[in-house]
Amino acid sequence: MRLIQFRPEGIYCVPGKFYIDPWRPVDLALITHGHADHARWGMKKYLCHHFTVPILQSRISPDIQVQGIGYNESISINGVNVSFHPAGHIIGSAQIRMEHKGKIAVVSGDYKLQDDGLSTPFEPVKCHEYVSESTFGLPIYQWKSVEKQNSEMADWVIQNQSYQKTSVFVGYSLGKAQRIMKAVEGTAPIYVHYSIHKLNEAYKSVGIQLPEYEVLDFREDVKHVNQGIVIVPPALVDSNVIRKIPNMAYAICSGWMTVRGARRWRSADAGFAISDHADWNDLLTAIKMTEAEKVYVTHGQTAVFSKYLNEIGIESEEVKTEFGEEEDEAVSNKEGGEV
Amino acid sequence: MRAFATLVHALDSTNKTTQKMEAVHHFFKEADDKDKLWFLALFSGRRPKRGVSTALLREWAKEITQVPEWLFLESYSSVGDLGETISLLLPEPQGYLDFSLAEWMDKINLLSSYSEQEKKEFIIHVWNNLPHQERFIFNKLLGGSFRLGISTKGLINAISSYYNLEASAVSHSIMGDWTVEKSNFEQLIHGEYIDSNLSKPYPFCLAYPIEDVESTLENFEDWQIEYKWDGIRGQVIKRNNEIFIWSRGEELITEQFPEIVEEIKTWGGDFVVDGEILAIANGEILNFTALQKRLNRKVLSKKILEEVPIGMFLYDILEFNHQDLRNESMQERRKILEQLVNQNPLQHINISTVITANDFEQLREVREQARDINSEGLMLKHKNSVYHVGRKKGDWWKWKIDPLTIDAVLIYAQKGSGRRSSQYTDYTFAVRDGEKLVTIAKAYSGLTDKEIQEVSRFVNKNAVEKFGPVRTVKPELVFEIAFEGIGWSSRHKAGVALRFPRILRWRKDKTVAEIDDLENVKKLIK
Repeated sequence: MRLIQFRPEGIYCVPGKFYIDPWRPVDLALITHGHADHARWGMKKYLCHHFTVPILQSRISPDIQVQGIGYNESISINGVNVSFHPAGHIIGSAQIRMEHKGKIAVVSGDYKLQDDGLSTPFEPVKCHEYVSESTFGLPIYQWKSVEKQNSEMADWVIQNQSYQKTSVFVGYSLGKAQRIMKAVEGTAPIYVHYSIHKLNEAYKSVGIQLPEYEVLDFREDVKHVNQGIVIVPPALVDSNVIRKIPNMAYAICSGWMTVRGARRWRSADAGFAISDHADWNDLLTAIKMTEAEKVYVTHGQTAVFSKYLNEIGIESEEVKTEFGEEEDEAVSNKEGGEV
Repeated sequence: MRAFATLVHALDSTNKTTQKMEAVHHFFKEADDKDKLWFLALFSGRRPKRGVSTALLREWAKEITQVPEWLFLESYSSVGDLGETISLLLPEPQGYLDFSLAEWMDKINLLSSYSEQEKKEFIIHVWNNLPHQERFIFNKLLGGSFRLGISTKGLINAISSYYNLEASAVSHSIMGDWTVEKSNFEQLIHGEYIDSNLSKPYPFCLAYPIEDVESTLENFEDWQIEYKWDGIRGQVIKRNNEIFIWSRGEELITEQFPEIVEEIKTWGGDFVVDGEILAIANGEILNFTALQKRLNRKVLSKKILEEVPIGMFLYDILEFNHQDLRNESMQERRKILEQLVNQNPLQHINISTVITANDFEQLREVREQARDINSEGLMLKHKNSVYHVGRKKGDWWKWKIDPLTIDAVLIYAQKGSGRRSSQYTDYTFAVRDGEKLVTIAKAYSGLTDKEIQEVSRFVNKNAVEKFGPVRTVKPELVFEIAFEGIGWSSRHKAGVALRFPRILRWRKDKTVAEIDDLENVKKLIK
């Protein structure tokens, strides 16, 4: 019997009779992390890391039936030994390990190896079958160190202040926004959009310290944010709301900003190539650490990345899922897709 | 090179004209004279000879990064620019080489005298000692062609406002064929080389599409009306028995049209005239496809000269016996042009006919028949107008015939380059040919950014291929394609070629069953 299968509803654990990050309603869904393309509504029961529980309750509904579990804690589901391991993507993000009759499979959801100072850092898990994303599965994607990224963002804020400008950062409300807050802490007062505040609350409820900030009500006058820092989700780009901000310089924080053409396409004043996904080298490092015999490549550069893995002697296959979208949509206005 | 890198980055980062101008001003403040000169030279296409081929650059980049050929190509098609792709693929630099733009250009100019091994050592050393942004610029400088994210007009305005000069004077000063070695930036922009430069053309005066024909033509007799031709706008210069032909793209095209040069040689006096070069056989103006055979050829064979006879219609005169006439009225300039033409033997060259119509209604009829003689429509020039630099509203208008349109379906999509390298922006369209589809046109523009994103999403979901730059998509999205003309073509599978095809609008209301048929498209050919 196969341990995992790719079904129209999502990734299925055959002996365990449960799904991981399914995109259609099922009875039992194990959730890798709280982004909307991985944690969808309509499941009878959810199982996720403790930190993801408040995120699901906030994003899907407070009434869902959800159970939390800690990292490296194991439970048995229909005879399958299941455990969650840090994926380093956002808070609560996990790689889900399944063991049955000596066979081990790991579904990693989204992950990164860089330590962003907020999420529990990635831990490699040895397995026979590994399911990996490939969002940035091209060798042109090579991230700078987190310290360097953070200091570049902080410098940009200070430079804007010297020109009497307000620094506006665009980043997803779950994960990216909190990283930005950390990076620019102490340079200027921070204001965030309500959707970010809601998720900040989820961070706080599990004991994660975030910098001081104020919630910005765009229905009111927002002139007081002048020369400060405003963080908004991508849905607000090009909206009338954002135009109310005085003397704005705006930056997009996304791995896609690596490429000059993407920066110019968005015509932002600045683009910071910061991502919660692994870059090319880290994808390869992570996969090699699993020592997996077979790697299934999901969302992103599936064809390219899988072909490359086969060329370097790692058996691989591409899998069609409904996670993420191709690059063009990664910076779209849809809240919840991730960058 | 930091100042130049900062400028390139700043120009990339905004689409606001004032901010672009600020960035250029900042550069003028920081950079030294030679760097500014190089900036101007690179901007205006005065590039040094390529000292190292792109094939070698690719080889070396692959060697260092150990990236296989196919993966290199995937990366390239995702980035859309070779120099940037290489720079992104290379590992972090180990040190920093601090040279000015001019010093870099001197080093790059030396490359052609190096052996291949020396070139390789130099380039790898540079790659290993520049941060990404500067490494990318270095790669672009090697190739010389560099789009800087600012229009010619924007740059000229930036120079003229910084140095407090007339924009028209600046654009005159920086045209023509100066070199970095022999020029000085301040002297150049202040026009100190103009007199010694016989080939120096004037900026072309351009027309806007007409907005309200009836009210514009209210005082009918104030307007000089001519046909608008779809050929190559050219400026012919004769000074001290030297002849130059410039295209509107500021390229010298003298050698492509020997007939005109020979004829002008026989004319008396020195002058600068503006006109249109067209393919003309036995007095009849040929379809645009004919003229294309003449272009982009290094050597013109006798066969081509015979097959594609050309002629030129003169529109205007800008200089006569070294006197700048651009501030004279159109009416006055026309008189001088007529005199010049009348005094000289004419074979290939003639004056552009002034259309005589009694009233607006009659003119409308003339316009409607313009396509029959392969004209694009009408030009309306105010009789009191001066010869402006570039486009200026009000004095000159073009009143083109309505474009032809067809409905076609999207079958291939390709990612754009530069700003649009993350989106599918280059489309190929097909019309019906019996039961099959046949490619009819490629078009790049006409959609909004939002629509481009929407099409890109469709392409991502419906593409047949997974590798390479081109995606075949399910024939489903229908677009209305507008074009200026249509002619027979053996180069295209459909047997016809469209002139200036562009997307007029996305016909979301139509299905692939409703697109045009090739037989009907062919009927549009006159």
